Amino acid sequence: MDVTFLLNGETVQVAADPTRTLLDWLREDRALCGTKEGCNEGDCGACTVMVTDADGAKALNACILFLPQLHGKAVRTVEGISAADGTLHPVQQAMIEHHGSQCGFCTPGFIASMAVGHLHGRTDHDDVLAGNLCRCTGYAPIVRAAQVAESAAVPEWVQDPIPEVQSQAYAPETLDELANWYAANPDATLIAGATDVGLWVTKQLRDLDQVAFLNRCAELRKTTRSEETIHFGAAVTMTEVLAEIGADHPSYAEMIRRYGSEQVRNAATIGGNIANGSPIGDNPPALIAMGATLHLRHGSKTRNIPLEEFFLSYGKQDRAAGELVTGVTLPTIAPALRCYKVSKRFDQDISAICGCFNITASSGLINSAKIAFGGMAGTPHRAHQVEAALIGQAWTAETVTAAASHFADDYTPMSDMRASAAYRLEVAQNLLHRYFAEMTGQATSVLEVTL
Amino acid sequence: MSIAKSLPHDAATLHVTGAARYIDDIPTPQGTLHLAFGTAEIACGAISAMDLVKVRSAPGIVAVLTAEDLPFANDVSPSIHDEPLLATDTVHYLGQPLFLVVAETHLAARKAARLGQIDYVEDSPILTIDEAIAAQSRFEDGPRVWTKGDVDQALSAAPHRLQGTIEMGGQEHFYLEGQAALALPQEDGDMVVHSSTQHPTEIQHKVADALGVPMHAVRCEVRRMGGGFGGKESQGNALAVSCAVAARATRRPCKMRYDRDDDMMITGKRHDFRISYDVGFDSDGRVAGVDFNQMTRCGWALDLSLPVADRAMLHADNAYHLPTARITSHRFKTNTQSATAFRGFGGPQGVLGIERVMDHIAAELGLDPVSVRQRNYYDAMDAGGLSAPRAERPPEGIDEHENMGRGTRFGGTFSPKPKVQTTPYHMPVKDFILHEMTEDLLATSNYYARRAAIADWNAEQTILKKGIALSPVKFGISFTLTHLNQAGALVHVYQDGSVHMNHGGTEMGQGLFQKIAQVAAHRFGIDVGNVKITATDTGKVPNTSATAASSGTDLNGMAVANACGIVRDRITACLAEIHQAQVEDVRFENDQVFVGDAKMSFAEAAQTAYLNRVSLSATGFYKTPDLAWDRIKGEGTPFFYFAQGAAVTEMVIDTLTGENRILRTDILHDAGTSLNPSLDIGQIEGGFVQGAGWLTTEELVWDNKGRLRTHAPATYKIPACSDRPDIFNVSLWGQPNPAQTIYRSKAVGEPPFMLGTSAFLALSDAVAACGPVYPDLQAPATAEEVLRAIGRTRA
Repeated sequence: MDVTFLLNGETVQVAADPTRTLLDWLREDRALCGTKEGCNEGDCGACTVMVTDADGAKALNACILFLPQLHGKAVRTVEGISAADGTLHPVQQAMIEHHGSQCGFCTPGFIASMAVGHLHGRTDHDDVLAGNLCRCTGYAPIVRAAQVAESAAVPEWVQDPIPEVQSQAYAPETLDELANWYAANPDATLIAGATDVGLWVTKQLRDLDQVAFLNRCAELRKTTRSEETIHFGAAVTMTEVLAEIGADHPSYAEMIRRYGSEQVRNAATIGGNIANGSPIGDNPPALIAMGATLHLRHGSKTRNIPLEEFFLSYGKQDRAAGELVTGVTLPTIAPALRCYKVSKRFDQDISAICGCFNITASSGLINSAKIAFGGMAGTPHRAHQVEAALIGQAWTAETVTAAASHFADDYTPMSDMRASAAYRLEVAQNLLHRYFAEMTGQATSVLEVTL
Repeated sequence: MSIAKSLPHDAATLHVTGAARYIDDIPTPQGTLHLAFGTAEIACGAISAMDLVKVRSAPGIVAVLTAEDLPFANDVSPSIHDEPLLATDTVHYLGQPLFLVVAETHLAARKAARLGQIDYVEDSPILTIDEAIAAQSRFEDGPRVWTKGDVDQALSAAPHRLQGTIEMGGQEHFYLEGQAALALPQEDGDMVVHSSTQHPTEIQHKVADALGVPMHAVRCEVRRMGGGFGGKESQGNALAVSCAVAARATRRPCKMRYDRDDDMMITGKRHDFRISYDVGFDSDGRVAGVDFNQMTRCGWALDLSLPVADRAMLHADNAYHLPTARITSHRFKTNTQSATAFRGFGGPQGVLGIERVMDHIAAELGLDPVSVRQRNYYDAMDAGGLSAPRAERPPEGIDEHENMGRGTRFGGTFSPKPKVQTTPYHMPVKDFILHEMTEDLLATSNYYARRAAIADWNAEQTILKKGIALSPVKFGISFTLTHLNQAGALVHVYQDGSVHMNHGGTEMGQGLFQKIAQVAAHRFGIDVGNVKITATDTGKVPNTSATAASSGTDLNGMAVANACGIVRDRITACLAEIHQAQVEDVRFENDQVFVGDAKMSFAEAAQTAYLNRVSLSATGFYKTPDLAWDRIKGEGTPFFYFAQGAAVTEMVIDTLTGENRILRTDILHDAGTSLNPSLDIGQIEGGFVQGAGWLTTEELVWDNKGRLRTHAPATYKIPACSDRPDIFNVSLWGQPNPAQTIYRSKAVGEPPFMLGTSAFLALSDAVAACGPVYPDLQAPATAEEVLRAIGRTRA
C-alpha cells in the first residue's frame, strides 16, 4: 500500500505492508529510535507521537498505529519536537529544569503528549498524560514541568501542514464504496482506530489478509445533531464524542474522560467500541441506558435497531457477514443518566463493572428505568428485573434496597483478574444506591473530594 | 562546589530529545539476529516430547536451540545454579523458557516461538503458600529463626495481647524498558555484551561460563537502563547468555528483547508474603514482645530469595524497639516465576508487618496510632551527635562496644542513657533520629488538626470516608552479604584537563552518574561539565557488585573520590615541587589550581603534570568499614547506618465500591547531607508513588493452573499520573550522616519506597470509620479489598 505523509516536516512515501506499525517502521527502517516500545499494546505511551490531520494535532500511540492510517497526515516524533537547529521545545526545557526524567525511557512519549497538550493550551495535565506511564518519578516533577511550560509560545516548527495526497483504494472515501467493497469481501477486517485490531497484530501475531481503513471515509467521520438527537458516524473518535456530549451528558462525558487515555481516545472510534462486541466496552451501557439506535448497512441495504438488540451473546452480534456498523444515534436529553465506571485504576483501565442508570420519576413514582451494565455478563446487558422492581414504585431508599436484590436475577457475573463475581454483584447493587444518593444530592465520588 | 547542588540528571537533555540510547537503540551490525524464547504452557511436569519442526521451518529462522545444544553451562542462576537457561526435562513454572529461536527479525522470532509442539506429563503444581506448607516445599532445610530475649515469657506476662495476619501481594517491576541484551562476537572467541543490567559483572560471569571461556574473554557494557528497581539485578542473565551462545553458534551478532507480555510471564517479581503476629503490650501500647511468622513464595528457583527473606526479617522491627522478639522465616518453593529483587528487597514486607502491628495495637487500645508509634520508637541518637562528627575509629585501647552507651562514638559527648537499644538481630541503634523528624512532620503536615477535621467530616458523610496515617521508615544500609560492600573506580585526567570517570555502578534513572560526577568535580575543583560520565564497563572496573541495596552512591562515590584523590595528590606534589611550595598550599577551586600566590587553570595544571611525566590515571577502591554479620544466628552489625524518613498520607474511600484516592502526602526524609537535593527528592517522590502502588492498585493474579493473568499493562495497573497525591510535599531533613559516608550523604534509593505504607494505613483508618471491628485490611488494598474490609468492620 502506498502511503504518503510528512515525517518531522519532510514528505515520505512508503510502500507499506498494511499492518506495519509506525513504531516498528520508525525504529527499524528510519533509525529514529527516540520513540520507544514499552508495551506494544497502547497502554504505556512510551511510543507516543504527534500526528496532525485536518482536525489538528493529536497524540497517538505509534505501536498500534498502522502506516496506512497516516496517509495524508503529518507525523512528528520526539526527534522533531526540538527544532532542526537543536533549539528545545518549551516542554523539553521545562522537563530538564524540573527533573522530569529519571530513567528517561518513558520521556520521549511524555514529551510528545506534553507538546500536543501545550499546542492546544491544555492545563488538565492529568488527563493529557493519563496514557503515559512513568515508573520512576511519581509524576510530580512532570506535572510541574507541564505547568511551567503552559505560558510559553507554541514553537512554529511543531505546527505541521497537511500534505495533499491521492486517494487510495485501501481507504475508501465514500460510504457507498466502502459498503459495496465490504459486502463483496465479507472476510476482510475493517480498521478504524486500530486500538483493538492493533493488538491482533502486535500480540496475537495474526496476519490480516484483507483490510480496509475507515479513517478517510467522510460520512463515517461525521457528527450530526438535531434538537432531540445526536448522530455519530461509526468512525467518529472518542475524543470527538467526548467534546460533543460534554454539555448534554456530563456524567457520560465524565466516564469517557476515563475511557482509555488521550492517545486511545484520539484513535478509538465509537463504532469500533460497539462493533467489536466486547462485554466490557464502556459506550454500550451508557448508550443502551439512553435508548440509542444503531445503524447498519450491508451493500446498499440499511437497517436501524435498538443498540441493546445488537449484542446477542458473548462474541456474537446481530451483524451479518459483510454488514458494517455505520453509526449510532442517541438522544440529546437524558438528564437522569448517570454512568459509573469501576476499575482498579481510575485512568486508562478497562472497567471491572460499568453501570449506567437512567431512571425518571413523576409525582414521586418511578415511571421509567433503564439500567445497563458492562462487565456483568457476556454482553452489555440491561437489568430488566431490577428495572421491573423499580417501575411504579416510590423513588425512595426502601425501593432502591428492594430493587437492588434483583441484580442477582439479572446477572451471573464471572471472576477474573479485574474483579471477583461477588464484588461485581455487590458493586452493581451498590451503584444503584450511589445513583439514588447522587440524585438526592449526596457526595458520592472520591474524584470530587478536594482538600 | 559541585556537591549539594540540584543539577539535572546527567542525561536529561538526551532523554527529552530522544537521543539517549538504550540497548534496543544501539545501531547493530548488518546481519544481526534476533532471539525469542518458546515457553512452557504448564506450571509443573515433565517434558515428554518437544517437536520443533514447525519452529525450524518458519520463515526467517536461522537456528533453534534447546538445552542439548548449549555447549557449556546451562545456568543463569545468580546463586545456587538451580536455574537452567533452557529447561532440560522438567517444567517448573508456566512461562519457563524451553527453547531459543534465532531469527532474522524480532517478529519472525516471536512468531516461530509459538509454533513448538510440546508434550507434557503434567503434575499438580504448588502455587500458593498453603499448598507449599502442605507439601513442605521450601528452600533451606527449615525456617530461619532469630530470637531476642524470652518472647514467650514476655507475651504471657503482657497485660494485652493480639494476634493477626496480613497478606501482601508481590509486585511487577514494570521498568519501562523491558529486558534486553546484545552480544557482539569478537575475534578469538571473545564476546562483548551490551545488557540492560544492574549487575554487569554477573552478566560477564554467566556469559563466560556459558561460553566456556575465562571472564577476561567477556566484556559487559551498560550505559543506562530504562528503569531497573531490582528487576535487572539477575533477570537479565537469561537474555545476555542467550545472545552470547547464539552469537557463538551463528558467528553473528545477536539481540534479544522481551515483548512486554513475555517479560511479565518469564521474569521474577517482588516476593509476596504472609506475615502473622502475636504481640504483647501494655496499656500505653508499648510492645513487650512480638512473635512474627513470615512466609514467602520464592517461586521455582532460589535466585536472591535468601537475602530478600533475610532483609524482611531485618526490618521486622522497622523503627521500633522490640524488647523481645522471635522472627521465623519460611522460604517456600512454588511453581511460579522465581521471585527476585525489588526496591527494598524484602524490607517493605517486614516493615508492613510491624506497621500493621502498631496499627492494630492502637485500634485495640483506642489510642492515636502516632502516639503508639512514638512510644515504641528506638531511643534517640545522642543529642550532640548530629553536629559532632563521629570518630573514625575509637581511641586506641577503648572497646567501642563496651563504651557505646556512653556516647564515645560521637566524639566523647557523654549521653545519660545507660544502654543502647538493640535490634532483634542484636545491632545497637545509635543513629535514630525519627523522634525529631516525626515531631517536625506532625507540625508541618498539621496532623492533629487534620485528624480532628477528618473525624468531623466522616461524621457528616454517609458514603465517603477519609483516613489519615503516619508511617516511619528506618532502613538498614549495606549489602547483608558483607563482601559485596566494595567498589572500584577508574579516573583519567587528560592533558587538556578533561576528566574521564568510570566506576562499577550502573545508571537506571536514579541519578547515580550525576551524583558521582559531582563528587569527582568537587575533588578536582572543576565544573561538573568537565567530567565525562562513561558507560559501566567490566573491562574498566572489574569485580563490581550489583547496583542495588541503595548502595550505588555510597560505594562508588567513595571509590571515585579515592581515585580522584590519588590523581590530585600526584598533581599537587608535582606543582608543589615546581613552585617550591608546601603541598598544603596547593588548592583546587573554581576550575583553578592555586599554588601559594600562583594560580593556573586546571587544564594548565594537568598539562604541567603531563609534561613532568606524572601519571594522571588512577583506580580507586572502597570497602564499607565495621560490618560483621552472621545470618544463620541473626547476630551482628549488617548495616553501616540507617536511613530514615516519615510520611503522613490522607486518603478518601467510597464505601459503596471501595474506590479510593490519595488526597495529600507530606514526607520528611533523611538523605543525610544530600549530594543533589533535586535528584534525591525525585527518588523520594517516585519511591513513595511506587510503594503506594504496591499496596493499592498493583495486583498480580495467577489462575489455578499457575498462569499469570496480569501480564501486561492492560491488566496490571501501576499508578498513573492522576494517582499521585493531589497535594504532595516532600522535604529533606538535611542533617549530616553521623557515619562517614561520601560527604555525609545517605543512601536514598530504596528507603522512600516504604513511605507508601502510609497510604495503606490511611486506607485502613478510613475503613475503620465504617464500623466497630478492626478492618484487617490486606494488601494490595484494591477497591475490592477495601470493600471487603468495610464489610468486616460492620460484621
